[in-house]
This record gives sequence, C-alpha cells and structure tokens, in this order.
Amino acid sequence: MDLENQARIKKLAEQYGRENLIVVQGAGDADSSELVAETVTTGDPSYAGPLTEVQLGLPVYHILEPEVKQHVPSDIYDEQVGLMELALDAEAIARAVRGIRDNASAG
Amino acid sequence: MTAVLKGASSILAHTPDLVPLGSKPTREIPRFEGLGEQCLAHLRSYREAVAYPPNQVFIGNIRPDELAEMKQPWWRNLTADAFREGPYGEIMPQDEFYGLLKAADAFDLIWLEEGFQSQIAAKLRLHPLLGDLKGLGGGRTIAEIRDKLARNEALPLNLGCDLVGCVCQAHEEDEALSASVILEGLSAKASAFLALRHLLARVNPTDPRDIDYLLDFSEGAVGDRYQRGGGNIAKAIGEMAGCLNATGADVKAFCCAPTHAIAIAAALVQAGTFDEVALLGGGSLPKLGMKFQFHVKKDMPILEDTLAAIAILIGKDDGVSPVIRTDAIGVHPICAGASAKEIYEEVAVKPLNKLGKRITDIDKYSTELHNPEITVAAGRPDTPLINYRALGALACLRGEIGKEAMGDFVRTYGMPGFSPTQGHIPAAIPFMGHARDMIMAGRIENTMFMAKGSLFLARMTDLSDAVSVIIERNPATRKEVS
Amino acid sequence: MFEGKKVVAFGERDGVQGPAIAECLSAAGAEVVFTVTECIV
Repeated sequence: MDLENQARIKKLAEQYGRENLIVVQGAGDADSSELVAETVTTGDPSYAGPLTEVQLGLPVYHILEPEVKQHVPSDIYDEQVGLMELALDAEAIARAVRGIRDNASAG
Repeated sequence: MTAVLKGASSILAHTPDLVPLGSKPTREIPRFEGLGEQCLAHLRSYREAVAYPPNQVFIGNIRPDELAEMKQPWWRNLTADAFREGPYGEIMPQDEFYGLLKAADAFDLIWLEEGFQSQIAAKLRLHPLLGDLKGLGGGRTIAEIRDKLARNEALPLNLGCDLVGCVCQAHEEDEALSASVILEGLSAKASAFLALRHLLARVNPTDPRDIDYLLDFSEGAVGDRYQRGGGNIAKAIGEMAGCLNATGADVKAFCCAPTHAIAIAAALVQAGTFDEVALLGGGSLPKLGMKFQFHVKKDMPILEDTLAAIAILIGKDDGVSPVIRTDAIGVHPICAGASAKEIYEEVAVKPLNKLGKRITDIDKYSTELHNPEITVAAGRPDTPLINYRALGALACLRGEIGKEAMGDFVRTYGMPGFSPTQGHIPAAIPFMGHARDMIMAGRIENTMFMAKGSLFLARMTDLSDAVSVIIERNPATRKEVS
Repeated sequence: MFEGKKVVAFGERDGVQGPAIAECLSAAGAEVVFTVTECIV
C-alpha cells in the first residue's frame, strides 16, 4: 500500500477511534486483497510505510464479500460493482480477506 | 484522407546498473542494511535478459500467443532461440546505452571515462543504425568523475563493479534539473531515439526529413522549476534522429497518453494538416526496480531491469497498412463514473456500436500488457488478465457469450502481458507491431487498443481516464483479393 | 453494519475503483471519510 495512504488511514483511525472505522477495499485478486487487509490489521508486511509494525486491527472487507453486498441496494451494487463481481474471483478474494480478519480478531 | 498505421518499433535497453537509481530502490536501499548488496546480487546478465521470453515477444521474435504456451516461470525457462535483434527493434546492452545517453546529452551533463567512451564510440560506429552518432569524442578522466561525485553534484554510472561515468546536475538549486531528473529525461530521450531509428529503418519513407510532426507520450515530463512539465522532448528526440522538417509536442495523460497520441496523430493526418506523424515513447528510469524487494525476497532476478521504448508511424493511406478508425475512438468522458461497467461501456462498447460491431467482432484486444511475472511476484494482480476478464464479463452481461465461455474469451481475444512495467509503454501499444503484421498477413482482421490512465495519482482529480483506438485491415487490400 | 459508521473506500484501478466503492457504501448508510484508488503499475 502506498505510504501516503497508510499515513492517511493511520491518522483516521486515531481521529475516529479504531472501533468506528471500517476499511472496504476493491483489490483485483486474492493476494492483493490480502496485502491490503494485512496492512490495516497487523501492519505493513513490506516494512516500508507508517503502518510497519502498527497493529491497527481495523475491520476490513472487500466490496465483493457478501457481508458488504447485502447492505448495498442491489441496483446501485450492480451498477457500480456488478461487472467486476463477474470478472474477478470473488470467492478466493473473500476467503483471503476473511482469513486476515479472523486471524486479527483471534489475536 | 484516411490515416494508417505505417509501422511500429519496440526496443529495450538492458540497464541493470540503473536499477538502484529507480525511484523505489533510491528510497528503500538506504533504509535497510544489506539491501543494496542484495539488489546487486539479484540483477540479471545481458544474456539472461535477451533470452527472457517476454523480452523476445517485445521485439517481435515471438508472438504473444506463443508466449502463452511457454512454460512459466519465464525467467527460469529462458528461450534458446534468443536474439538481440527482432522485427520491431533490439535489446541494447548497457554499455552501448551509456554511449547513447552521452550522444543524447547536449549540455555536457553525461561524463564518461575517456577510455570507456572511445571504446563505446567504436562499438556504436559498427551499429547498423547508429554509425552517424555525434558527440562521442573526448571523455573525462576518472579523477574528474570521482571528484564530481564526491561533491554530490552527480550520480554514478556503473558497469557492474566499475565506475565508468556520471550524470551531473544541471543546476545547483533547481530540483527539476537535479542529476536524477536529468538522467530520467535523457534515458527517455535516448531510448525513444533508438526506437525512432528502428522505426524509420523499417518503414517507408525511411528519410527522417519526411516526418512532419512528432508526438511524445513518454512517462516523464521535462522542464525546469518554473514549469516542471514544460516539454518538448518530442522535438529533442526528433533533432537527434534528423527529423529536420518536423516539430512536435508532448502528450500527457498518464497511461492513456499513447492512445490519446494515436487518436491525435490520426486526426492530424486525416485533416491533411500533416502527412507523416511519428509517435514516441521513451523508457522510464523511475520505474526501474519498482518491485525489486519482492523479487529479492522471492530469490528471483529483478525483472524490472530494462528501459523500454516504442515508436509508431501514422501517415496517409498507402493502400496496404491497417487503417485507424478515427470515427470510432473510445473515450471515457468526465460525466462517466468510475465503475468498471461505465468505463468499459464508454471505451469499448460505444465505439463498437458506431461501427455496428459487437465485442466479439474484434479479433484481438490489446489492453495494458504488463508482464504478470513482475507484478504477481509482488502480491499484486495480473493486470492484463483482469482487464480481459472484465471485457469478457461485459460480453457475458450483454449476452454475446455465455458465462462458461469467459475463460475462452481471455484466451481467444486476449494475450499474456509481456511488457516491462515501464509506465506508459505497457499501455496497449506493445502489441502495435504484432497487430500490424498479423492484420497484413490476414491472421486477424482488427484490433482494439485500450488503455486506462490513473489521473488521480496527480491529486488533481479523483477521475481515471480511458481511451481506445481500433485499427483494421486496409479495405484496399480486400478489393485486391476479391 | 455500515449505518452511522466511518469508512475508507480503498480501491484499485484495475479491480474496483475507490469512487465506485464509495457510492455503494454511502448508499449503505456509511459516512465515507476517505476515498482513494491505487494503481499498482
């Protein structure tokens, strides 16, 4: 994740409190989604940015996960995300992000 | 007057010792002890870079469809039939490229050690396209170069362990003229010049004086502190190549710049403003080694070790070259949203509708062709694959294909990425030479080139951009057949 | 889940872009406090 974006998210977590901030991402595959999820939960795995060794533990989801989809009016969801839902491997992405979320809450 | 694609060239310069001067390595190497050594230990030899299958596709010795059949990882399965030269260009070794940098330098900012310089001058004199290069006499002593570096007024040019020269800052205080920015500009200029030479040698007319106008779509922007993107590197490249009757301008639109430039050039030709317009895109120094830490971590070679450049000639109808459909340029207008559906509908479906065609009526789509071996190793997606899947999904939503056919769609209408992650260069155009040849050989009828630009990176807008261009078989050739 | 919550819409250019995520989340009742799209190449 871009270093500037890490800094922004870190600041927002401090400003609003970790329990009040949710990250919803749209990365293009499972590995990439995992990387984003890891960064905002257990810290920057590339040891490059402000979130290095910072465990924000933010709830993180992918826009393609059913947990998110069920809360979005279906016409808007189809218009904004429908095409990529069909194009991307939504199941693998969901598995990857859920894995990070479960690990973070277990820890 | 119909505008046609008269030719395209693609070159690579293998510059492993410039990798530490890329943007990411410059920032990361000082932060971690031993990372610099690890970086050097994972650089490829020239022979390995030449034998790397995607690089052979880039210069035209292998077709993209053949690459799809080759065993991966490609870096471990080098091709035995590898050549420096290909139908679209060449893979230049680093020492010669340093000579080219010197020849591109009009302000005595590249200093090469005198012995090295005379050796390279002799080597370049034997190059079939570069025998006339000027500015390669003289040279500097190694003491002068060391002194310049010690005063922090230059960046080193190494060949492996040997210091052979340096690139000097052009101004003491102006950050837009720092040694790093100068090297970035000269790398783009020198590599685009080489691509232009190859283009002119491969296409009629071969005389550079017949080129009327130059459009550059390189990644970087040249200027000074008062106008950082002032430009015009197009004219600088044209001067070096002897395009004496041309002027030009630079086109800036992130990775959409090449497709914007094609649309503009075709319009200029069609309007009769100019007869022959050359498009130029030089290599990107900052993008060298962008994902090097991941490659080091995976103990694979650093694959972002080559500068890549492309030149394209668009001219008036010659009766044989593929035509550019200026009546069906796809654009992503400001009013369109950021959803993938809107982007693809605007940029793919709308222009096809204008021609009465469906998605499946295009034989090959060229989207952004980043080599996935580079990005996937860094835990990031296979960009071309995602783009092809999105197009396939759109064809599916429109009822052109069934859901089960989406995998086949990617294979049939797409291709694997084979371009180095050199910014604007991978943006659809690496297929240009292949597409022209495949259309003229009757293997395909048409191609759509489609690119997206990340405008939001400049923090001026949230918007992205997208532009597409269709080329198709020249109708005059069809008449002859019938 | 999103009603009254602050959310970051973190998009990727070739996946789902930030503004598209933000549209969905606003419609789900969330307050989008940061929308961004990354480009990985």
